[in-house]
Parts: sequence; structure tokens; C-alpha cells
Amino acid sequence: MQFMLLFSRQGKLRLQKWYVPLCDKEKKKITRELVQTVLARKPKMCSFLEWRDLKIVYKRYASLYFCCAIEDQDNELITLEIIHRYVELLDKYFGSVCELDIIFNFEKAYFILDEFLLGGEAQETSKKNVLKAIEQADLLQEPRHEVL
Amino acid sequence: MPAPIRLRELIRTIRTARTQAEEREMIQKECAAIRSSFREEDNTYRCRNVAKLLYMHMLGYPAHFGQLECLKLIASQKFTDKRIGYLGAMLLLDERQDVHLLMTNCIKNDLNHSTQYVQGLSLCTLGCMGSSEMCRDLAGEVEKLLKTSNSYLRKKAALCAVHVIRKVPELMEMFLPATKNLLSEKNHGVLHTSVVLLTEMCERSPDMLSHFRKLVPQLVRILKNLIMSGYSPEHDVSGISDPFLQVRILRLLRILGKGDDDSSEAMNDILAQVATNTETSKNVGNAILYETVLTIMDIKSESGLRVLAINILGRFLLNNDKNIRYVALTSLLKTVQTDHNAVQRHRSTIVDCLKDLDVSIKRRAMELSFALVNGNNIRGMMKELLYFLDSCDPDFKADCASGIFLAAEKYAPSKRWHIDTIMRVLTTAGSYVRDDSVPNLIQLITNSVEMHAYTVQRLYKALLDDISQQPLVQVASWCIGEYGDLLVSGQCEEEEPIQVSEDEVLDVLEGLLVSNLSTPVTRAYSLTAIMKLSTRFSSVNRIKKVVSIYGSSIDVELQQRAVEYNALFKKYDHMRPALLERMPIMEKTASNGPTDIVQTNGETDSTILDTKHLPNITQPASQANDLLDLLGGNDVVPVIQTTVPTKPASAGGELLDLLGDLSLTGGPTPTPAPSVPMSQPSFLLDGLTSQPLFNDIAAVIPPMTAYNKNGLKIEFTFERSNPNPNIAVITIHATNSSEADMTEFVFQAAVPKTFQLQLLSPSSNVVPALNQGSVTQVIRVLNPQKQQLRMRIKLTYTHKGSPVQDLAEVNNFPPQSWQ
Repeated sequence: MQFMLLFSRQGKLRLQKWYVPLCDKEKKKITRELVQTVLARKPKMCSFLEWRDLKIVYKRYASLYFCCAIEDQDNELITLEIIHRYVELLDKYFGSVCELDIIFNFEKAYFILDEFLLGGEAQETSKKNVLKAIEQADLLQEPRHEVL
Repeated sequence: MPAPIRLRELIRTIRTARTQAEEREMIQKECAAIRSSFREEDNTYRCRNVAKLLYMHMLGYPAHFGQLECLKLIASQKFTDKRIGYLGAMLLLDERQDVHLLMTNCIKNDLNHSTQYVQGLSLCTLGCMGSSEMCRDLAGEVEKLLKTSNSYLRKKAALCAVHVIRKVPELMEMFLPATKNLLSEKNHGVLHTSVVLLTEMCERSPDMLSHFRKLVPQLVRILKNLIMSGYSPEHDVSGISDPFLQVRILRLLRILGKGDDDSSEAMNDILAQVATNTETSKNVGNAILYETVLTIMDIKSESGLRVLAINILGRFLLNNDKNIRYVALTSLLKTVQTDHNAVQRHRSTIVDCLKDLDVSIKRRAMELSFALVNGNNIRGMMKELLYFLDSCDPDFKADCASGIFLAAEKYAPSKRWHIDTIMRVLTTAGSYVRDDSVPNLIQLITNSVEMHAYTVQRLYKALLDDISQQPLVQVASWCIGEYGDLLVSGQCEEEEPIQVSEDEVLDVLEGLLVSNLSTPVTRAYSLTAIMKLSTRFSSVNRIKKVVSIYGSSIDVELQQRAVEYNALFKKYDHMRPALLERMPIMEKTASNGPTDIVQTNGETDSTILDTKHLPNITQPASQANDLLDLLGGNDVVPVIQTTVPTKPASAGGELLDLLGDLSLTGGPTPTPAPSVPMSQPSFLLDGLTSQPLFNDIAAVIPPMTAYNKNGLKIEFTFERSNPNPNIAVITIHATNSSEADMTEFVFQAAVPKTFQLQLLSPSSNVVPALNQGSVTQVIRVLNPQKQQLRMRIKLTYTHKGSPVQDLAEVNNFPPQSWQ
């Protein structure tokens, strides 16, 4: 995976994870173009599209679009499962997750993603293990409302 | 200094902003506060400030002044600080700036931290955005962690190693020892990441690939366990055990089995098992099947397995889920070359996908449909493709039109069908057709002699409906210019001939000249067409008027042509009929380059006058029939005999320079004997190639004696036509060893059907006695199928007062002349 973007139906970015080195300007340009392209898709269309030389896999969950850019040799269908797994993790962690949870706790969304994927690949295929690790790491923190 | 506002507070506040300007103001205020806080080196709230900065960065505002703060957080001992610090580093730092290198030491320390979660943070950061320098410095630490027994760290180290290898491929060797027992792990996380690591190494190094081939049995075993084992709640996804791991293993097997018989055989059974036993009701099962199919197609699998794979794809095509259909079409496109027949079986389903609503699916279906067109299904497929062309998006139309032209050219069942198909494309997608189709189509039309009347009629009718599509208009004007006489005389056999008068035709063409819709190129086409009609129609005065008007056109191109055509009417009127005669059948050559000059006759190139000195096609045919009768065979093709007409020696004007070149084959005007028609075929280049310019090549092919009887000896010498290797140029040398001259000497030749032959003018009709001279004549033979050259020749001459006639077969051509 080269990058993952989460954005709302109004095109507001909620999370961006880049696994390839690009300057800020490039990232902004790609984000803008891709968001436009995906938002223009009709609901009945398939979840895959070709964009530049990448394959884009996207899926909408409620008001959020989850969008991944994968390479030619990557499996699109399993990428859909990866996206789904991430949503499940967020759901379990926040308890019926919604967009607001991700907005107000964006750093947690990143932490969970970083326990699930590393360098663009899945590091843990067990839902239980990912959540356990997050839980344990959270215990090492001071209470959030005090720090942040 | 009051405590900086909380992250939550900030987010809430910013969200209340009603305009972009209001938001920007809030952000700027907060950034200023954060900046002063940073300046004060406040440790307590640094974490909070950076978190807020990261939020604002996500909204699109600059946050580079927080980079160093992230580094300070990473260096802190507090876990919260480190967490936010590393996150900030991943979001704000990039390897282009030297600042990022300051992280290296911190990461190194944290890789050896006592808390695994801290180690995890640093591994994650390094594996996500580590630069090559960082990777070089820290590879050793990563390698150490790859060998740890802590599975939490081991799996992260494996993926970190993947990143290191991608950044610094030379370091790959160093990770080799650590890979030794990676696959014996029970932990799925470690297994998954290990397979990813092995895949990366095998993809990058053929040595690694051969080294790791021995792992195939182990991989097969792991995969088997996953499938056969019972329900495992931890890794279950819709009844399938760890699909992520299954897919990765299948992908690694693909790489290991490719091109290797033993490995492919070792994985054959498991692939068949996965292919048949995987649940297909949910996406996850199909994801595994998809990967399996890709693997089967890439390795050396037995044919039964391949058929199984294609059938899975066929089933995918019928799946309700669009994504599955898309993936199936993509895979079929990859395999259509190698497993063509298997894919053909699913042709109707693929064609149905042309009607899908999804753009990506439609495109794939179109590409696949073109790949599947063949001689058997051309009619049916073309119907579907034409229907698709009608209704598809504009982005597709150009590609679809080109594809249709190509397919039609390759597999057209009849000339009429071909022309109808082209007409359909031009009328429905005419403006999207590529520029080079126009000359190709014109050539096609020219070569379909029997369809000329039908074609011109249809094109004329199309013009009456719509003159906006330029390629259609250009082809139509050209045809009307060429075959206008057929149009007016109502000669069409294929369909009901229409009644149209010369004036109506000229109205249409003049309409094109003045229309705003016509491009300059189109106008040039119509002007030339009008001019050509001056020899085909009787309303010459009208044409003269039009042409003279455009002599003062603003468009330089049009002006020049009009002026030249005017000159044709005035000073060179005697040449006009010959110049504006019908085009001959053009040779189709594959290459571009010099031969294009031979073929194009100026349709696309607006600077070359597209008129030539050309024979009327019907005339040589009658001579040829005589020849056939005389020679008696059915397998000979009529020969177009040609001579060079007299030309006035003139200079000045491009028009005439072109014609000047043609007088190279020189010689006196032949006597107008009925068996020798007075016309010249050719192509500009002919004039040049019939000269012995290629003497060096002639040396390669040995000359031969074709005929030697009664004192008349005919020798053939060979040259290869340089621009076109399928054309052999033969020069005959006729000598006479008898005591009396042979006068009225005529040489005729005929060749089998697969060849085409052109005879240029002889040097003279008299073969002097006693070998005092020779008659030479050039024959050009087109041999596209490279068949063995055979020829029948007929000689007639007057010797000692009596006519002599003889026939002979020439079969002793040297192989180099036709190979």
C-alpha cells in the first residue's frame, strides 16, 4: 500500500497515512485530486479505479470514505478486507465508531492503524491481538484529559 | 502563562467557524500561542501543543515549525510524549530535510528500550518513513530484533526489514540468516510478516529466489493447515481462517513456482484444493480465489488446473458483486493471449459486460472483446461493439473506433461488410476517429473496386445528413471527387441507386468549402474533389468559377491549390484529363517511410498534389483478357502493361516538376499497337527505381536466361526494390543472334494469382541482328506471400517479313529473387 486517506462526504480530510516519501505539496495535490475523483463516483460503481499508475480501492462507511492506493501486484479484494478490518478495530475500540470519534480522537485512530499496518502491510491478522496491544499501550499513558 | 487550551477544546472551537476566513483566523491565533509556548521550552504542554498542531496540519495549514518539537518529544522519557512525538515525526518530517536525521539516535535508543511498546513505536516509525541513511545506520538493530523470541517485536522487525530492503537493496544479504526459521513460528502475525519479507527478497534477487524455493513444501503445509483446521475464533473472517495469510502465501507460491517445474508440481494439489473448497459467498472467499487464479496462471500448472482457473473467472463474471466482475475482467485480459480458447468460452458474458453501468468495467470489457474477435465471431462481435460505440462515453470512442477498424481490417467477411462497418463508425463516432484513419480508409475504398459506386452513394447520403464530423467529410469528399461520375449515373448495384444531379453534388461540395464546421484540411479535400469532377462532370464552367474564387483565399494552402488548378484550366488544359484520372489500386505496405510516398498519393499530405498520370483501370483489363485467352491458363493474373506517354518538356511550377520526374523511363513513344495500351501506372518512385540504381544488389542475385530460341535470347537480371522487399525488379535483355532484325518486338508476361506484375515501357521494338544491341524492358513483380516465382511469357515479332509468335514458361528463377 502506498497511502491511505480517510475523508468525509464534503471532502474534509480526517486521516492521512503515507507509506511513500513525498513532499507536502505533492501530498496535498494527490489528496485534492483523488478526493475529487472518488467523490464524483456514483454509488453503484465498483470500488476500484485506475488513477495515475496506481490502483485505488475505496469504500464508504457511513459518512467517511476509506481510500487506499495499492500497487499493480496487490490484490484489490483483500485490500477491501483490510479496510474492513480497520473499521472493525475502530468500532471495537470506540464502541460503535462514528466520524466524530475519529475527528476528536484522531491521534488514537493513527495509533490503532499503526498497530495494524506497518510500512503499508498488515503486521497482525488477529483482531484480538491488535486491540490487546493498544489497550496495553494506553495503560502506559497518563490519562488523556490531563495531557492533551 | 495559562495552560494552553486542550486539544478537544481547539477542535470544537475550530468546528464552529462558519467561514474559511473565520477558521483561518482561529488557526493563526492558536499557532501564535503555540509558537510562543515552544519558545519557552515548556515540557509539560509540549505534547498538547504538538497534538493541536497536527490537527491543524490535517486541515491543511503549515506546521513545519513543530518539527523540532517532535524530536524533543521523542527524546522524552514519557510514553505519551513519545507516542505523539513519533506520530508527529511521521506526519511532519520528510526525508528530504536533514532534520529527520536527528531522529536516528533516538530511534536507536528506543529500539533497545526496556518497554516493548516503545520499541514498537520506533520500529513502526523507521518502517514507515526511514530514509536510506537512517536505514543504513539502524539495519543492524532491526536484524537483531528479527531474531528475538518476542513475537510482538519480531513481526514488526520483519516489516521494518522489508522497508530497509526497499530503501537500501544491498542490505538484503544481512537479513538472510535471520529468515532461517521464520516459517516455523506459530504466531500468525509473525508468519504473515515473514511471508511478506520473503516475498520482497525473492522479488528483488534471483539468487534469493532459488535459495527460498526449498520452502515450498513448508508453505504448502501451512496453507493446508489453514484450510483444513477447524474454526479458529482469533483469525476467522466469515468462516475462513486467516484470509490475509492465505493470500500472502499464495502470492509467495506464485513467485516461487514461476518458471520452475518442480515447485509448480509441488503446489499443484493445494491450489486445486483451495480453488474448489473456498467459500464464494463473501468477498473474502473470492479474494482468496482471485489470488489462487493469479497463481495458477503464472506458474507451470497442468492444463486441468488452468481450465479450472479460467472457469472460476467465468463464474466471477456472473457474480452480482461489481468488484468481482471487475477483477475477473482484469485477470481475463491478462490470460487471453495464453489461454485464448478457454477465454473464448466466456465471450457472451464478457460482451454483456459492455452494457454495465460502471466505467471501469466497461473499459475492461471493451479491451477484452477486441482481444477475442476472430474470423468466426466477427459479425456478431461487431454488432455488439458498434452498439457499444453508439452509447459509450466520449473517452472511449476513440479507442473503440480504432479497435473496430483494426478488427474489421483483419477479419472482414466481405468488402461490402467492411465498408458498411466503416460507414457506421464514421457516422456515429466520426469526430472521435483518429487522424490516420482517413488515409487508411481511403486506401481501403480505392482497393475495393467493385464497391466504388455503393460507397460513394452511401457517403454522399451521409454528407446530406451531417457535415460536422471531419473524418467522415474528408473521406466522403475524396470519394465524390474520385467517383462522382458513378454517383451521378446511378450505377449502384448493392442498393437502390439515388437520383442526383451534377449540380446537387457540386452544391454539397461547395457547401463544405464555405461551412464554418469545416476545418482547413477538409476545405482542401473538397476543393480538390471539385477539381477532379471537372473531368467527370460536364458542368466545367461552374467548377472553373469556384476554383478561381479560391485563388484569392486567405488560407494559403487553399489559395495555392486554387491557383494551380486555375493554371490547369488555362495553360495546361491538355494535361488536365490525364492528370485527374482515377487512382490505381494502391499497394499496401506495412512500413512508413519512403513507401508512403508511393501510396498516399497526397491524400493526407496537403502539399503533394493528389493527382497523377494514371491509367483507366478498365483498359488494361481487356488486354489482360486477351492474354489469358492466349495463354490458356486460369491461374494467371492480368497484367497491366504500361508505357510512358510523351510529355512536354516544361519547367516551372511544382505541379510540373513532379511530372517531370516521370520521364525517366524514357525512350521513344511506342507504336500504338492495339495490344499495347498507352498508359503509365505509376507511382513517383517507379520512375526512380526502374533505373539501375540498385546495381549493387543486382550483383547479389544472379541473372538467368529465360528464353533462348530461334536466335532470340532473353535474359533476366534482378534488383530488389529497396523500399519494399516484396517487390522484385527484373530487367529483360532481348538479344538477336540471327542475321535479320526482329521488328515490332513485343514482350508480354503473366504470373500466378498471388503475384502482381507491372511491365514498364521497352527501350525499343527492334532487336537488332547479330547481337548488335538489345531491347531492355523492366518488369516489377509484387510477391507479398513470398511464393516461388513463375512466369509465362509471350513473344511476338516480325522476322524476315513473317510474324513470329511464341509462348514459354519461365520456372528457373533463382531463389533469391523471390525469397
